[in-house]
Amino acid sequence: MIDILVSGLLLSGTYALVAMGLNLQYGVARIMNLANGEILVLGALAAFWLYTTSQISPLLTVILVIPVSFLGNWLIYRFLLTPLVRRSKSQGALEVESILATFGMTFILIGIMVSIEGGFFAYKYLSEPITILGSTTSLNRLVAFLIACLIGLVTYLWLNHTRPGVAVRAVAVSTEASGLVGINVYRMSAIAFALGGAIAAVGGVLISTFITLDASIGVVFTMKALIIVIMGGVGDIRGSIVAAAILGIVETGVATLIDPGLTLASAYFIFVLILLFRPRGIFGRRSA
Amino acid sequence: MRPSGWPELLWAVAVAVLAAFLPMVANAYWLGLGVDMMMYVALATSWVLFSGPTHYISLATAAFFGVGGFLVGTGMSDYQASFWLMAGLSAVVGAVLAALIGFATLRLSGVYFVIFTLGLAEMVRNLVSWVQNNFLGSRGLYVLTDFRDQHLYWMLLAVALAVYLLGWLVSRSRLGFALRIIGGDETVARHVGINTATAKVILFTTTGFFAALVGAIIAPRWSYIEPNQVFSPQLSFFVVIMALLGGSGRLWGSIVGVIPFLLIWNWVDTSFPTQSILVLGLAFLLIVYVLPHGVVGRIEQLRDRMRGES
Repeated sequence: MIDILVSGLLLSGTYALVAMGLNLQYGVARIMNLANGEILVLGALAAFWLYTTSQISPLLTVILVIPVSFLGNWLIYRFLLTPLVRRSKSQGALEVESILATFGMTFILIGIMVSIEGGFFAYKYLSEPITILGSTTSLNRLVAFLIACLIGLVTYLWLNHTRPGVAVRAVAVSTEASGLVGINVYRMSAIAFALGGAIAAVGGVLISTFITLDASIGVVFTMKALIIVIMGGVGDIRGSIVAAAILGIVETGVATLIDPGLTLASAYFIFVLILLFRPRGIFGRRSA
Repeated sequence: MRPSGWPELLWAVAVAVLAAFLPMVANAYWLGLGVDMMMYVALATSWVLFSGPTHYISLATAAFFGVGGFLVGTGMSDYQASFWLMAGLSAVVGAVLAALIGFATLRLSGVYFVIFTLGLAEMVRNLVSWVQNNFLGSRGLYVLTDFRDQHLYWMLLAVALAVYLLGWLVSRSRLGFALRIIGGDETVARHVGINTATAKVILFTTTGFFAALVGAIIAPRWSYIEPNQVFSPQLSFFVVIMALLGGSGRLWGSIVGVIPFLLIWNWVDTSFPTQSILVLGLAFLLIVYVLPHGVVGRIEQLRDRMRGES
C-alpha cells in the first residue's frame, strides 16, 4: 500500500509538470495542442540519443532542451498556428482547426522520430535502488520528481511574481480585456505556447530516465495530460497538482494490484467520472 | 451540410448500381482495393453524417470497428455462432457503446468529445486484451466463412448505400435541420428550443452502429482476429482525413476523398514503408491550410466565382 502511494506520488510530479505545460498552451494561447505528447517524446528521444552516443547526463540534457524546445515551439506557433488564430471567427472554430493542425504535426513528428530511432529508447541512468518511508524505489524516479517540482515551482513563481507572468495570466482570463489594458496578447500567447512546449519536452527527458518510451507512445501522454488538465480545471495549477497525484496513485495502484495493461483504462475511468460529476474540474464552480 | 435533393438521390443509386459491377470486371488486386475503398466509403460517409453538420471531430471509429471485428471473432470461434447473428449483434453493441459515450461527453463542449475519442480505441484494445487473457483464455480467434472478396464488396456496398440513404433522409428531416443549427451556433440552437444533446447522441449512435457493422463484415477477410490489428488507431485518422479531404459539406464528399487518398497511401506504403506516416501528417496540414472545405468545397467555391463573373 505504501509502495503504491510512494511510487504513485513520484510519478505524479512529472505528470503535474507536463499538465502545467498543456495548461499554458490551452488556457493562455487557446490552442488545443494534441501534439503535446509527441513534443514530450521528442525530449525523451533527445535524452536517449545524447546519453547513448556521447554519455551526456539527462540532467544536462534538461538544460539543453529548454532553449531548443522553447524556440521550436515558438516557431510552430508563429508560422503554423498564427494563421489559424487570425482567420478563425470563434473559439469553437479555432479549437477544431488547431486540433486538425496539431494532428498533422503529431504524425510528422512521429515520422521524423521513427526515422531517427525505430525501436525503444532504452537506457539506464541512476537506476540504483533507494528506500523512502520503508518502500523501495529507484533513484532516477526521485531525481525526476525533484527536478519536476523545481521547474514547476520556478514557473509558478514566474507566473505570479513577475510582470510578464502576470500579463500571461491576464491573457488567460480574457484576451479582449488584456488587449485593452495594453498587453501584447499575441506576444504573450506565443510565449505561453513556447513555454508550455518547453515544459513538455523537459517532462519527456525526466520520464525517459525511468520509463522506456518509443516513437509512437506520445498519444498516451497527451491523453494523460489532458485528463489531468480537465480534472484539475483549465487554468487551475493547484487543481492540476491534485489531479496529477490522483492519476499517478490510481494508475500505480491498478498496475500493481490488477494488471499493468489497464493503466490507460483506469485513466479513462477517472475521466468518465469527472465528465459525469465534475465537468469543470475538482475545484471548479458550477456556473461560468 | 445542405439538405439533399431528389436528383442527388438518383445519382447516388445510379453510381451504386454501376459500382456493383466492379467484381465482374476487376482482377484480384483491384477487387482487393475495391473492398478497401468500399469499407472506407461506408465508414467516412457515416462519419460525415454526424461530424459534417456538427463539426465535432470523432476519433472513435477504430473503437467501434474493432468491437465489430472482435465480437465476430469471439462469437464464431468460441460459441459457434453464425456470422449473420454476430454481425447483427456487433452493430447493436456498437450503437449502445456510442450512445453511452455520447451521453457522457456530448452534453459538454466539443473539446471533451475529441479528447475522449482520441485514446478510446487504445483503451478498448487494452481492456479487450485483458479480458481475453484473464477470462476467455488467449486462444486465437478464427473467422472462417465461405465469403470471398466480391461478397464482402457487395455487403459493404449495401452498407454504404444504406448509410447514404439514411443521411439523405436525415438531411431533409427536422433532425437534420436541428443539427445544422447546432453546427452553426450551439447557443442559438439551445435558445430556439432544440434539445442539442439528444440530437447529437442520436446521430453519433448511428455512426457507432455502422462502424461496428463494417468491422464485423470485414472480419472474414482477416480470418485470424488479433486485438492489435482490429483496434488500429490509424483507421480513425484515415476516416477523418478521407472525409475532410473530400469535403464534409456534402454527404457524398467522402467518395472524392477516399479514392485518391487510398491510391496515394498504397503507393507510398509500398515504395517508402517507413515514411508512410508522414503522409498522414501532410494530409492533415493540407486540409487545414489549403482545403478547409475539402475538394468538393473548393470546386463549389470556384463554380460560384465563375458564375459571379459571367
